[in-house]
Amino acid sequence: MNALDLAGLDVFYRETQVTYGIDLAIAEGESFALVGESGSGKSTVLKAIAGLAPQWRGRIAVLGQERSHGIDRGFARRCQMVFQDPYGSLHPRKTVDATLSEPLAIHRIGDADRRVTQMLDAVGLDPRFRFRFPHQLSGGQRQRVAIARALMLEPKILLLDEPTSALDVSVQAEILNLLKRLRREQGLTYLLVTHNLPVVSFLCDRLAVMRGGRILEVADAGRLRAGTLEHSYSRDLLATSGSHALAPALETSLDAD
Amino acid sequence: MAALLEVENLRVTFPTPRGPVDVVRGISFSLGRERLGIVGESGSGKSMTGRSILKLVRPPGRVTADRLQFGTTDLLRVTERQMRTIRGARISMVMQDPKFSLNPVMTIGAQIAEALRTHQKLPRRTLRERVLAMLESVRISEPERVAALYPHEVSGGMGQRVMIAMMLIPEPEILIADEPTSALDVSVQAQVLDIIDDLVSRKGMGLILISHDLNLVAEYCDRILVMHGGQVVESCAARDLAKASHPYTRGLLAAMPRIDETREMLPVLDRGAWGQA
Repeated sequence: MNALDLAGLDVFYRETQVTYGIDLAIAEGESFALVGESGSGKSTVLKAIAGLAPQWRGRIAVLGQERSHGIDRGFARRCQMVFQDPYGSLHPRKTVDATLSEPLAIHRIGDADRRVTQMLDAVGLDPRFRFRFPHQLSGGQRQRVAIARALMLEPKILLLDEPTSALDVSVQAEILNLLKRLRREQGLTYLLVTHNLPVVSFLCDRLAVMRGGRILEVADAGRLRAGTLEHSYSRDLLATSGSHALAPALETSLDAD
Repeated sequence: MAALLEVENLRVTFPTPRGPVDVVRGISFSLGRERLGIVGESGSGKSMTGRSILKLVRPPGRVTADRLQFGTTDLLRVTERQMRTIRGARISMVMQDPKFSLNPVMTIGAQIAEALRTHQKLPRRTLRERVLAMLESVRISEPERVAALYPHEVSGGMGQRVMIAMMLIPEPEILIADEPTSALDVSVQAQVLDIIDDLVSRKGMGLILISHDLNLVAEYCDRILVMHGGQVVESCAARDLAKASHPYTRGLLAAMPRIDETREMLPVLDRGAWGQA
């Protein structure tokens, strides 16, 4: 059974059609990336799955169960989303504890105290942060809280919308490591949206290149690392990301010590 | 090479309830007709360094330095009125986000013309010709049409090119670009930086490129200063960045995932390793 199945997904914002016939099958435990420029429709696909863009037609199925167009509690238990900007996605007047307990209260899950403590530990936050407000945390700590919030209901699938692009390089590394570890420990499936191709190399097994609301190419991350993507546009995207230039020189110098 | 700008022991201090905090702690550098990159993470003081050169640090922030020499002008001694003849005309600055830096109720053509007219008296026809020529040099294909548009009618990439046009039309000697592309798409970033690069080298200007992106700075600059905690921790030629010796710089380089990434985990900076973080 696939973790996520999309078939002929067309998403609209009012009269404007944003994506055209998206077909994707993501296996359980897989980490899959959607890459492309702004306006390519990659975030829209995530929003449609999460229920934030309800005007769609086609098929969205999570773990074999079709998603309805409305609010779907059972769906929320299986699939959660982490947003790009940790400054905007946490309620400024709720403590970390309140943010993490709320999904439990909505779904009538008990044992909140133990679950919150456990989750803080899982995402690498010290227990003293539990009763702080978002403004008392750094960007990286906030993103940890956002990830913790998404994981409170023990979902099987995480939708990640540019989870590290608002963070500094050194903090980005910490969050990427965290995401990789959590996936291994909890057997999660990731659908990641990003324009940062090195992040895809680090975190993902496969990727789809999107442009103008269509998928141009689906490839293994190995092809990305080797620079052998097939579509000419994918190659352009790879060329502009430009990290190849510095990488070999760095490798030799790191080997030196 | 004659230095365009010399900075010695620059400090920027902000008062807080717990006493003054130095956000820039005594940095020195000089800039010739070259491309200097300043990299660092949030809070490293890189933007404040750029702003203090233009004396744009607002009170209660205080800027002190042993020397802040721009050509024959001592920037520490000029009055605010004199500063206004320098700002924009001789040293100008491209900001991060065109959405917040352009006047929303003025057409693009009028804004660019204003940048020029503030510093020079020109007949209207010459002014218009210069504006259109400038738009063309930032690779806007239909300058006449774009000049009549308002900022909300253009894309982010085009907005940033308009900003660059506006900053370069008075032909300044130094251009400070503070994260000029971080609000833009990856594919547009290269294009905008190529334009800056091309114009800067063609007109023999000095460029200070401020960014958090090591790769980008390495690609577009001749020399790099790495800032951390308000100090310059490393200064090197851009091509030698991979050989950087300071643990902070090496940590940053190693923490970046690469396109051919095979590491299981990324090395994380040990913030205690070099004093305060």
